[in-house]
Amino acid sequence: MALDDRKSDFTFVGTRPDRPDGLDKVTGRAKFGADAVAPGMLFGAIVRSPHAHARIVKIDTSKAEAMKGVKAVVTRADFATGLTGEFWNVQENVMAGDTALYDGHAVAAVAATSALDARDAAKLIEIEYEVLPHVTDVDKAMAEGAPVIREGAADGSVPEGMHPNVVRYHESGHGDVEKGFAEADLVIEDSFKTEATHQGYIEPHACLASLGADGKGELWCTTQGHWYAQKHCAALLGIETSQLRVTASEIGGGFGGKTTVFIEPVALALSRKANRPVKLVMSRSEVLRATGPTSSTSMDVKIGMKKDGTITAAQGVFRLQGGAFPGAPMEFTAMCAFAPYALENVHQVGYDVIANRPKQAAYRAPGSPMAAFAVESVIDLLCQELGLDPVEVRLKNASKKGTKASYGPRFDDIGLVECLEAARDHPHYSAPLEQGQGRGISCGFWFNHGGETSVSLALSEDGTVQVSVGTPDIGGSRASMALMASETLGIPYENIRVTIADTATLGYNDVSHGSRVTYASGLATIKAAQAAIAEMCKRAAAKWGIPEDAVKWEDGCAVPSGPNAGDFEPLAMADITADMGATGGPISGHFEATPEGAGVSFGVHIVDAQVDPETGKTSIPRYTVIQDAGKAVHPAYVEGQFQGGAAQGIGWALNEEYIYGEDGRLQNAVFLDYRIPVASDLPMIDTVIVEVPNPGHPYGVRGVGETGIVPPLAAIANAVSRAAGVRMHELPMSPPRILAALKADG
Amino acid sequence: MSKIHVTTTVNGDETEFLCDPRETLLDVLRDRLNLTGAKEGCGTGDCGACSVTIDGRLVCSCLVLGAEAEGKEIATVEGIADGDTLHPLQRKFIEHAALQCGICTPGILVAAKSLLEKNPDPTETEVRYWLAGNLCRCTGYDKIIRAVMDAATEMREAS
Amino acid sequence: MVEVNLWSGLRSLTGGKQVVEVEASTVGEVLSGLVEAYPQLKGPIDAGVSVAVDGRIIASGLTEPVSPDSEVYLMQRLKGG
Repeated sequence: MALDDRKSDFTFVGTRPDRPDGLDKVTGRAKFGADAVAPGMLFGAIVRSPHAHARIVKIDTSKAEAMKGVKAVVTRADFATGLTGEFWNVQENVMAGDTALYDGHAVAAVAATSALDARDAAKLIEIEYEVLPHVTDVDKAMAEGAPVIREGAADGSVPEGMHPNVVRYHESGHGDVEKGFAEADLVIEDSFKTEATHQGYIEPHACLASLGADGKGELWCTTQGHWYAQKHCAALLGIETSQLRVTASEIGGGFGGKTTVFIEPVALALSRKANRPVKLVMSRSEVLRATGPTSSTSMDVKIGMKKDGTITAAQGVFRLQGGAFPGAPMEFTAMCAFAPYALENVHQVGYDVIANRPKQAAYRAPGSPMAAFAVESVIDLLCQELGLDPVEVRLKNASKKGTKASYGPRFDDIGLVECLEAARDHPHYSAPLEQGQGRGISCGFWFNHGGETSVSLALSEDGTVQVSVGTPDIGGSRASMALMASETLGIPYENIRVTIADTATLGYNDVSHGSRVTYASGLATIKAAQAAIAEMCKRAAAKWGIPEDAVKWEDGCAVPSGPNAGDFEPLAMADITADMGATGGPISGHFEATPEGAGVSFGVHIVDAQVDPETGKTSIPRYTVIQDAGKAVHPAYVEGQFQGGAAQGIGWALNEEYIYGEDGRLQNAVFLDYRIPVASDLPMIDTVIVEVPNPGHPYGVRGVGETGIVPPLAAIANAVSRAAGVRMHELPMSPPRILAALKADG
Repeated sequence: MSKIHVTTTVNGDETEFLCDPRETLLDVLRDRLNLTGAKEGCGTGDCGACSVTIDGRLVCSCLVLGAEAEGKEIATVEGIADGDTLHPLQRKFIEHAALQCGICTPGILVAAKSLLEKNPDPTETEVRYWLAGNLCRCTGYDKIIRAVMDAATEMREAS
Repeated sequence: MVEVNLWSGLRSLTGGKQVVEVEASTVGEVLSGLVEAYPQLKGPIDAGVSVAVDGRIIASGLTEPVSPDSEVYLMQRLKGG
């Protein structure tokens, strides 16, 4: 794509207007997943396995079916058969087949005339299980003698002799690490573990489904991607994709966890059987037991460094447990691990391991935060041993344009050096620390993504504009789309209305993931606006009776341009749209593409930690996020992404974890016990927006959503190490773990 | 199970409904009165997305039974604005970009309004502790705290 | 001919080679050329790959151009959160 039209001088982009959906969201009017109703609507409930691993011997639905108000009961028998690959994985996760694979795995579902009746009926479904041996820990799942989750799940990449629970393998790197380690003055090798965490969106999964015997259906759901939902629901139910129209509700957080389907196919199956619309809403316990979470990890990292701070070699082994199905993002963990550094010798290995836990789902920069925890902890250890400044060491080794990345190709324009320099020069980095405090830093990296994108922009007669995008607005993207459209068209932000179109209204769109929305839907919005401008210039040319190329677009008006264009009064948008029906028909702009220039993203975090030696509790008195945004379209929402990523990372570092009992059941499936950060846990989170334009976007935008969760885990571990003198190797750094480490340290 | 007849006041309007004895006030507001501004994030009183006030007291409506609303005055997010004039908190939330996805916003607005009625000049720490029962997963709370403090300042200056 | 750098985990499928040459002028031809030369690569390529051409990571576009002096890396398909 030619991007020689890259803009650097902006009127609207970079300002902070009110978001277009602000009023709806502060008055309670916005309609989220659970807020929809339909005439004749039934309510669904799902029966879930209480066992970590069990063969389903028999399901008796007769008592439930006989209950007053019950209109349908479904099991796996009510779904399509013969699926393979990821469709099969998703179907098996949505509704168990022969075997329940984790605590919380759906086994049957019921629809009744009220939510209370549906819940009661679910209790009447009798399921006979044959309990099987289970395993939930990543290292134990790989060890000899571990219960096999599913024979034959491994693909061809796995080396001979591995346990059948190792289902995929990754290896990459370049140079000669042994030679590199030999050149080092100090080599440190260490091992780390992280527990699974949940995306923790406050809105549980919810949907309203209607599917007839004719194979035509409607689905309303909270999702990051309604085309993904359409495709997967259609496959799982055996209907044609285009016959299912999916509308995305307002979405109450996702962070990757709503990039797949869970209850939507079940609601459709219930609706098809009952021949009535069915609403299905998850409880928080269902969300924690059966959706999300991240992978848990076990990692070994070895890094060699010279006395002057030069890294001579780095290697890592990353084992990710991703639940009972293949897909743990171990290749991203491996590829992101050393990406911030220019390394001659680097080698990384990843293992995807299955166990009796829910199927992992993407979570903000999937796989990268764990890698950074291990790698940036070892770099900090080297800095401590060699007496080097952590920012200077990172600057000395930082990747820049032209660096051969640890995952292979060379970097284009990137902003890591600028972020590190901003960190070094930030007042936070040189501020005095109080007694008992320590300061840590960490770099973070994420790839970012483009993806299939369709945008349609329609002009109204009064010269205002409707923009239809296909990426659910998860954090204010309507505002950034409107800003980019107003910048391109040269009309006020308020004259643009951005709508999230349903699957029947627009071409295919990839999910709102990979920090792609502002980049890809933004690029498509700009291109669609340019297409509309071209048509408006054509209409103006016809009115003036001059050639099309003698008209240009300036400040929202068509103006004659060039020596022979003649002298005409500029035509504003409203002048052209007022009679567009008579000058050639309605004017729209479209853009459909898979933009491939997302541009990778780097950030650096600085954090102060204070550890209470009596309780082991860590508090965070000060936090600063520095990240390259390429170009911040709406800086307030960019800051919000930085702050939100940091807060989630603080939770991951200090509190959040999946706790499984010996019985393989999740012990903390409520928010009281799965404790995400609350307002009193956090300080203000300072932000610095670095802008190194992305060459792949007309305005230089690069995604900002995900990178912010990558550095906090290590930055806090490094701060804790300096505050309390203990190096933490396992997350979360909860008070009992810190106390144990303090005790072991004497 | 036979239903209970309840007479109550919601956002100033006298309201009647029939509910199952097991239904929560949140269920009643959302499913019977079509006031879907209050959200269910957990159902266990941990997230605050369902915050409303009963006779001026801040509660999680998921922990109150619908039948308990009898004779009470309930206030929800839908009643915060005065007609088409937004409450200063609502305006400041938009101005400060204090919401991303917006699911926690109704509960936080109800809770923050309740705070400012009791304490018109709270410190940052007081705001943080008052809102500690309202989970937000998107923002890291920074802009929420700033919006509440700014609204408090404006309301003090106006009074 | 275009030189394609594979991730080292694929060496077992290419007789130990980490850099292979294919005749190609687009990303799509790179992938079909790889499968033609090394049929065992079909599995991992069908499972989803991205192709980095001169540092630009192409997640799906098979028509993106490639020239003999391009730096080409095969990578596993990217997905975000």
